[in-house]
Amino acid sequence: MSTRHIISLLMENEAGALSRVAGLFSARAYNIESLTVAPTEDATLSRMTIVTVGSEDIIEQITKQLNKLVDVIKVMDLTEGRHIERELMLVKVKAVGAGREEMKRTADIFRGRIIDVTDATYTIELTGTGSKLDAFLEAIDPAFIIETVRTGASGIGRGERSLKV
Amino acid sequence: MEATGAEIVVRCLAEEGVEFVFGYPGGAVLNIYDEIFKQNKFKHVLVRHEQAAVHAADAYARATGRVGVALVTSGPGVTNAVTGIATAYMDSIPIVVVTGQVPTPAIGLDAFQEVDTVGITRPCVKHNFLVKDVKDLAATMKKAFIIAATGRPGPVVVDVPKDVTYHVTDFEYPATVEMRSYNPVVKGHSGQLKRAVQMLLEAKRPMIYTGGGVVLGDASAQLTELARLLGFPVTNTLMGLGGHPATDKQNLGMLGMHGTYEANMAMQHCDVLLAVGARFDDRVIGNPSHFAREARRIIHVDIDPSSISKRVKVDVPIVGDVRNVLTDMLALLKQAKDRPDATALNAWWTQIELWRSKNCLKYNKQSPIIKPQYVVEKLWEVTKGDAYVTSDVGQHQMWAAQYYKFDKPRRWINSGGLGTMGVGLPYAMGVQLAFPEAQVACITGESSIQMNIQELSTCKQYRIPVKVVMLNNRYMGMVRQWQEFFYGSRYAESYMESLPDFVKMAEAYGHIGMRIDKPEDVEAALKEAFSPALKERMVFMDFQTDQTENVFPMVEGGKGLSEMILAEEL
Ligand SMILES: Cc1cc2nc3c(=O)[nH]c(=O)nc-3n(C[C@H](O)[C@H](O)[C@H](O)COP(=O)(O)OP(=O)(O)OC[C@H]3O[C@@H](n4cnc5c(N)ncnc54)[C@H](O)[C@@H]3O)c2cc1C
Ligand SMILES: Cc1ncc(C[n+]2csc(CCOP(=O)(O)OP(=O)(O)O)c2C)c(N)n1
Ligand SMILES: [Mg+2]
Repeated sequence: MSTRHIISLLMENEAGALSRVAGLFSARAYNIESLTVAPTEDATLSRMTIVTVGSEDIIEQITKQLNKLVDVIKVMDLTEGRHIERELMLVKVKAVGAGREEMKRTADIFRGRIIDVTDATYTIELTGTGSKLDAFLEAIDPAFIIETVRTGASGIGRGERSLKV
Repeated sequence: MEATGAEIVVRCLAEEGVEFVFGYPGGAVLNIYDEIFKQNKFKHVLVRHEQAAVHAADAYARATGRVGVALVTSGPGVTNAVTGIATAYMDSIPIVVVTGQVPTPAIGLDAFQEVDTVGITRPCVKHNFLVKDVKDLAATMKKAFIIAATGRPGPVVVDVPKDVTYHVTDFEYPATVEMRSYNPVVKGHSGQLKRAVQMLLEAKRPMIYTGGGVVLGDASAQLTELARLLGFPVTNTLMGLGGHPATDKQNLGMLGMHGTYEANMAMQHCDVLLAVGARFDDRVIGNPSHFAREARRIIHVDIDPSSISKRVKVDVPIVGDVRNVLTDMLALLKQAKDRPDATALNAWWTQIELWRSKNCLKYNKQSPIIKPQYVVEKLWEVTKGDAYVTSDVGQHQMWAAQYYKFDKPRRWINSGGLGTMGVGLPYAMGVQLAFPEAQVACITGESSIQMNIQELSTCKQYRIPVKVVMLNNRYMGMVRQWQEFFYGSRYAESYMESLPDFVKMAEAYGHIGMRIDKPEDVEAALKEAFSPALKERMVFMDFQTDQTENVFPMVEGGKGLSEMILAEEL
């Protein structure tokens, strides 16, 4: 049975680090739903969040193969424990006539913020889990959507659970 | 002390105690070559194709256990080297390949002889580096050697742009370098070790299955002691040959696609399996669901966690270096009060002997045409089982594995994982240079040998007296065999037409050529080739063998291990 996993890892912040991880996933035909990466407070480290889907065996191989990369320092499957997942989405929508007010209401319900306004459009910023962002997109009329951009998930363990060197 | 990048490369190699650098020059590495010219710490061996440089370095590593080194130029030098790098990667061989690169300001501009070396090699190296600053060069070289040789070994590429080779910095070779992201596990987990020992002592039908890890980890003494102490049967993978002596009574020979009947049957029917430094390859266990049909408990020792439970689920995983783990296991066994169940073990051996009595490797010794198996058996006799044997890829490789009884590790040098035709001759060069006094035979086929035949010239230049044993069946025999079995004998493009006169060819390169057509001449030819009179000479033996001979036993792709085709059944 395939399930969705959020894998976090810390690796040396070096040129080509991203391509080692991306290359591993494509070479071994693993699934990538999303991948985010940025340096941490310690600039020598990069933190990556990978959302993938696979059976238990495949996820086990994925974490082992990631650990095997020479630049990777630590790997953690966030979904194995309590964690928080967040993704940022920017959506540009048509906002005209009666739809304009309706759009604002829907954004409010999802705790979205309108961050750019023109006569005919709103740009809405939303954060949440991937499924909350999906739900927002389902809640509005697709005909109104001009453009969407999502960052992919970032995640962090709850409470004491943490990933650091 | 100040040094240029090129000096640093050369001095790092010297500091590492490198004996040979196999290489081929070009624009991007000329500064390095100039420094090589000025030094006398190591010898540079000029091959005739970069692929061969990497293969020779790889063989040097396989035979000695030390890191092999190759040096190639940017662009085509690198692309030529890739096959060699991938070959070493698949068999976990420690090598460092230094590659030239265009100057840093030119990177990315489609400069002359530029390729993205780090990108091209990334999927087939353990790790690679692009050195952009000469200040990082020495530490990077050190890291390369550490990474190549430790943990699960593998190739490391160090890509050095030309400007870095003339930039100057303070040079001091670090004794070691910290890598917070790289800490291979070496000691086995003590709880798992105890469980494993208990399981071994409870076994009724035990089996020890060992692979390349025992050879790479220099643990054959510990393995042999363990097997003896327990009285269990042992089988080796193609990569593990020599890890347990082939002539030992407890050794059942190789297992897998072309393994022996007894090894495959015992593997299928055992109740406790101890897998050591072997990775349950598809050529080894056949169809995994067929393999899983029989209930058995599996203990798996491997230094690479990702080798464990990759293709076959195991019960007791032990991550660690094989020598450490086996040493710990031996200590626990010696302390244990229990002993293996002697009655059950006897019954198991009776069964195994019954399988063994099938004599699955027999072949027609009365044939008027030379049988390839016969040549290998005679080679074993003539060299007293003590040669280093390299091989190419094909039927001859399987016959070499089946009929040359390797009693020592690091004597059998071949490409198992990638199955690279063309390795045989450069492999023999690497081994012979490492051991100038040893007998080195290259068992090859007329197709494979032509993939790196140019190296006969290197053999001449450096007086490398390897003996080529070519089993010439005028076919890509391995391909022909599959076409015979699975494609209605339609031999599409598997026939080697217009073969050269190999005797004349050997002579043209300055060597001795022999052509042997009759079985009764085989032994004499081999004796002559390995005689003291020809000790300093390279001898190329062209044995005209039976064109239709096939490799048996054989487990067809997708079939189970115990579903072998045997010679007698055809
Ligand atoms: C034409 C052809 C036919 C073939 N037929 C067969 C066949 O019939 N039978 C067969 O067996 N093979 C056959 N092969 C070879 C096969 O493709 C594989 O290369 C081989 O089986 C793998 O061997 P291995 O399992 O020993 O693993 P290796 O590739 O040797 O891997 C070694 C394992 O040991 C581990 N290791 C390394 N160092 C250590 C250490 N210090 N401590 C602990 N663990 C360590 C590694 O992590 C790895 O998992 C054939 C190849 C060709 C080209
Ligand atoms: C570089 C490369 N190309 C193709 C193959 C596929 N292949 C495997 S065995 C073989 C034939 C080998 O023929 P030969 O060297 O004559 O050996 P024989 O099988 O006849 O003993 C081929 C083409 C390979 N293993 N390597
Ligand atoms: Mg042939």
